[in-house]
Amino acid sequence: MTAAAPLGLRRGAEALADPLPPLLAEASHLAATVQLGEHGRRRPGMGNEFWQYRPAHAGDSARMIDWRRSARTDGHYVREKEWQAAQSVQIWVDPAQSMGFRGDDSRPTKRDRAATLALALSILLIRGGERVGMADASMPPRTGEVQLNRLATRLALEATEADYGAPEARAFLTGARALFLSDFLGDPTAIEAALTEAADRGVRGALVQVLDPVEESFPFDGRTIFESMSGALRFESRKAGSLRDRYLDRLAERKDHLATLARRTGWQFTTHHTDSPAPAALLWLYHALGQVR
Amino acid sequence: MLVLGSIGFMTPWLLWGLFILPVLWLLLRAVPPAPIIRRFPGIALLLGLTDRESEADKTPWWLLLLRLLAVAALILGFAGPILNPDPPQASEGSGPLLILTDGSWPEARDWTARTERITRALADATTAGRPVALVSLTDTQPGPLVFFAPDTVAATLPGLAPQAWRAGLPDVDRLIAALPPRLDTLWLSDGLAGDPRDRLLAALSSRGSVRVFESGRPVLALGPGGFADGKVNVPVLRAGTAGETQVEVTARGLDPAGAETELARTTVALPNGQDRAEATFDLPPELRNRLTRFEITGEGTAGTVSLTDDALKRRKVAIVSASSTAEGLELLSPDHYLRQALEPSSDLMAGTITDVLQASPDVIILADVAKIPETDALQEWVEEGGLLVRFAGPRLAASDDGRDSPDPLLPVRLRVGGRSIGGAMSWGEPKTLAPFPEGTAFAGLAIPTDVTVRSQVMAEPDPDLADATIAALADGTPLVTEKRLGQGRVVLFHVTANAEWSTLPLSGLFVQMMERLAVFAGGARATRQDLKGTTWTVERVLTGDGRLEDAGDRPGVPGEVLARAHPGPDLRPGLYSDGDRRMAVNALAPDETLRTATWPASVIREAASDSRATDLKGWILLAALLALMLDILGSLWVGGRLGSIRRGGVQAGIVALALMLHPTGTRAADEAALLKAANNVVLAYVETGNPEVDRISRAGMAGLSQVLFARTSVEPGDPLPVDVERDDLAVFTFLYWPVTADQTLPTPQAYARLNRYLRTGGMILFDTRDGDVSGMGSATPEAERLRVLAAPLDIPPLEPVPADHVLTRSFYLIQDFPGRYLGAPVWAEAAPPDAVKAEGMPFRNLNDGVTPVLIGGNDWAAAWAVDDAGRPMFPVGRGEAGERQREMAYRFGVNLIMHVLTGNYKSDQVHVPALLERLGQ
Repeated sequence: MTAAAPLGLRRGAEALADPLPPLLAEASHLAATVQLGEHGRRRPGMGNEFWQYRPAHAGDSARMIDWRRSARTDGHYVREKEWQAAQSVQIWVDPAQSMGFRGDDSRPTKRDRAATLALALSILLIRGGERVGMADASMPPRTGEVQLNRLATRLALEATEADYGAPEARAFLTGARALFLSDFLGDPTAIEAALTEAADRGVRGALVQVLDPVEESFPFDGRTIFESMSGALRFESRKAGSLRDRYLDRLAERKDHLATLARRTGWQFTTHHTDSPAPAALLWLYHALGQVR
Repeated sequence: MLVLGSIGFMTPWLLWGLFILPVLWLLLRAVPPAPIIRRFPGIALLLGLTDRESEADKTPWWLLLLRLLAVAALILGFAGPILNPDPPQASEGSGPLLILTDGSWPEARDWTARTERITRALADATTAGRPVALVSLTDTQPGPLVFFAPDTVAATLPGLAPQAWRAGLPDVDRLIAALPPRLDTLWLSDGLAGDPRDRLLAALSSRGSVRVFESGRPVLALGPGGFADGKVNVPVLRAGTAGETQVEVTARGLDPAGAETELARTTVALPNGQDRAEATFDLPPELRNRLTRFEITGEGTAGTVSLTDDALKRRKVAIVSASSTAEGLELLSPDHYLRQALEPSSDLMAGTITDVLQASPDVIILADVAKIPETDALQEWVEEGGLLVRFAGPRLAASDDGRDSPDPLLPVRLRVGGRSIGGAMSWGEPKTLAPFPEGTAFAGLAIPTDVTVRSQVMAEPDPDLADATIAALADGTPLVTEKRLGQGRVVLFHVTANAEWSTLPLSGLFVQMMERLAVFAGGARATRQDLKGTTWTVERVLTGDGRLEDAGDRPGVPGEVLARAHPGPDLRPGLYSDGDRRMAVNALAPDETLRTATWPASVIREAASDSRATDLKGWILLAALLALMLDILGSLWVGGRLGSIRRGGVQAGIVALALMLHPTGTRAADEAALLKAANNVVLAYVETGNPEVDRISRAGMAGLSQVLFARTSVEPGDPLPVDVERDDLAVFTFLYWPVTADQTLPTPQAYARLNRYLRTGGMILFDTRDGDVSGMGSATPEAERLRVLAAPLDIPPLEPVPADHVLTRSFYLIQDFPGRYLGAPVWAEAAPPDAVKAEGMPFRNLNDGVTPVLIGGNDWAAAWAVDDAGRPMFPVGRGEAGERQREMAYRFGVNLIMHVLTGNYKSDQVHVPALLERLGQ
């Protein structure tokens, strides 16, 4: 970030846009690891791809007859195309403070990883002709490169003040797909409500729990005061090492809870660690979202 | 000062600080270790958990203990603890003070403590304003005592040293005569009793108070070594009989290379109630003959050193006699009496001359052997220091050895036949011996009256006959003649070695004569009679602390004095020699025993403890520091913070510690490195001990190796450092030896190895690295060092490398040999004086070997040196010209290695035209 200067507006705009190209570039790079094509519906309908020739029925307008095909035989043929329908995918990346954590300088923060994954998936989807938007009402799903830029701008925004975020479920489009990226360490009732709501509207999707390895191993010992990322929560332990087992139990419980929830609502659930490679997670996401079609 | 047991405190009031320790304990216990604050998103999962144990709430007891110990150590340390503090001196009395030291060898053991005591006494005397005289009993001067101010006396203190003998009556009498009527005495006694001491004590006690300073330990000594049952026994003596003592006695001697080393070691127990024990060494004859001294380990006084002399040596004597055909006539065999005389004290062998020469004996005795076939070999052996003793007999008399011309193996020319006196067919009585002339080998020996000579071989009356004769008959005809041949001697007895021609072999005189000739060394100590008339000079004298040092010029000692062997200023302990024989005089007379001195109650005694006052402050503070360091680690561990620094700091600490513990890197001595050197050409450099110079040498060899690899078919391996003391040089073809001014000289063994290396085709490039200044006319320190360094090396005559030397064309054609410097002369083995120019060739025909050394000062290694990236390490010259000079330096290096590896191959090329011409025909 450059320092503030007289021509503040321009600078500010540039500063704001600064993380965009890297985020976009990184996401594009990540997206390039997945090969894809348009996903057809395997049935005739509106689309660009050839599906089949069929004999013309009564009621087919003359305009629909494929004369080139028909000229080879005595009958008339109609050229049908595969039905291609654009999906709407709504993404929620947890903007809360807790996502800004990283246990080691060599690793990205959880938010960085989550944003990169979300944007990379967006690139893939938009290239595939899908519509991508945010899960809240502020940015409905759209298609096209412009939407990518908007998404990138949105994902690079500052985090909210809250320690833990909750997905907004009201803006779900019926029958759309959804992707939630968060650490899911906060109160689980919010995510329960969101998933129930999504299930009611026929929205299927994927939950990705992004965790730092430190959160999985709890390598602390001795007298320690734990603070939440915003500093709002404090917890003092006199012997942190003795808490490890119970913390890990609780974490496993949380994961189990999420997995059960996802299974019940027809969602997919996985846990991704910031020290493991992003492409694997992207591939998982791509398949998870493409599974139900 | 507060004294508790053996520890005293300079500032004891600080010790009150120890009472705050319990308070500190409570305080430290109350304060838990400071918490770490961590940001952690998973806190949501932690909320509601409670600590099951709260151990870290309080500091663990061991950490507390550590801290308390550290604080206690600090308090103790600053209180100034002193181990074995000096007892306070009561300074009493006034008037003159005599500081008297025995000045004898037992004092050498704790001489520093004694000088410290003297210094203290002098300081006290300065305070009290007393005049002081400092007298060493072994060094008393005639005339009245002169008292000086203590400061003046203190200046003479460094000159005071214990002598290797003990004071005798004359010294004491001289001192008593010099004493003023009134004085106090501080007597630093060696703790041994003796007659003179009592007289002196009486004299001193009558004049004032006497304070005696003694060592607390019993005095130990070694008696002269002797033989018994083929083993060497050394008596160990001590003063007093109380307590059991273990004494370690080492036998020292020369190793095969001539350096003194330890040959054997044994431990002797002196049981309670005994003042004497024997240390027994069972040594093979080879080792026994190399013995030089016995000593008690760790004592360091002249009395605990027992020098050995010929008495312990057994010489190898070869007896070669004419083959005796008559069996059973043992008493008539030519060598029977010789064997009888020599067997107890020497190692005898027999055989032909060729056989015995192989065994390199000390003495060869030829009993009536004429017509020696191996004259040359025998003569060579004599010239190298052998002693050839010949006896006459019928065969010698009948042969024509040394008749017309002098035989090298006969001292005199012999007349044909011989003569018989007093036999059945001749006139006259058997002849007796004339007294031995003064100054000859036999002077002083008593002649038994019953020794008669009936036959002898006669010498031609040549002009030098009288000089050669060392024993004659009463009528003046020679009985024994002698001549020097090289370093050895040839002695001819003009009679037989058996009783056929004379009764000499039957008498004790025969044995004495043999001993005088050093045919064997007398097993027992030579008596006064044996040594009468001889004069001995001291070669090495023993110092008070048991070291041998050069005697310098001292007057000769008559044999009678030597035989008494009572050491004193006239007969200093040491090694004496009369040319052929060596005798040792030890600090202890042979019959001397050690008795502890007893003092009357009137004398104030103080004992020197072995333990000196030691300031413990530093050590205790160090311990406190260590405890605090441990406390840091412990606190980190308890606080759970050790993990985060473990990665960086602790590892660095461990590495640093490891470096400290292993300062040396890999060495050429490693088997693997040597194997590599043996398989490849490896450029080696001699380690100087100066790390910077060694680094440059290594880099220089690496640079030259690179150039060789790139340009020639020589592909050297990594350069190796060489320690000439330890490493096997045989695997190296080339050694680079930078000379530093402070280099330590190699040991004689190392020189022997270096010489072998040079003889077997190795080459050393000596580099004094002073080419920039050496041209100024004066020798640089490096050059001086090189001169010392190279003196024992087997180096042929040198000359500056001539323009047609093969070095100038073994690979490149070059004319000078620059390194970092240019122009300093380079020296190589001189060309043979008869070298001539080959016809049609611009250089001489020099078909000799590779020059073993090359000496210069151009600092080649620095010019060759490259760093790890292959860039030159040092600038050479300036700009382009400098780079050119570096290139020439490399070319010199290439030429040099080519010369080392191919020898004079290039020089042989002169013959190519001739060979081609011959082939063409």
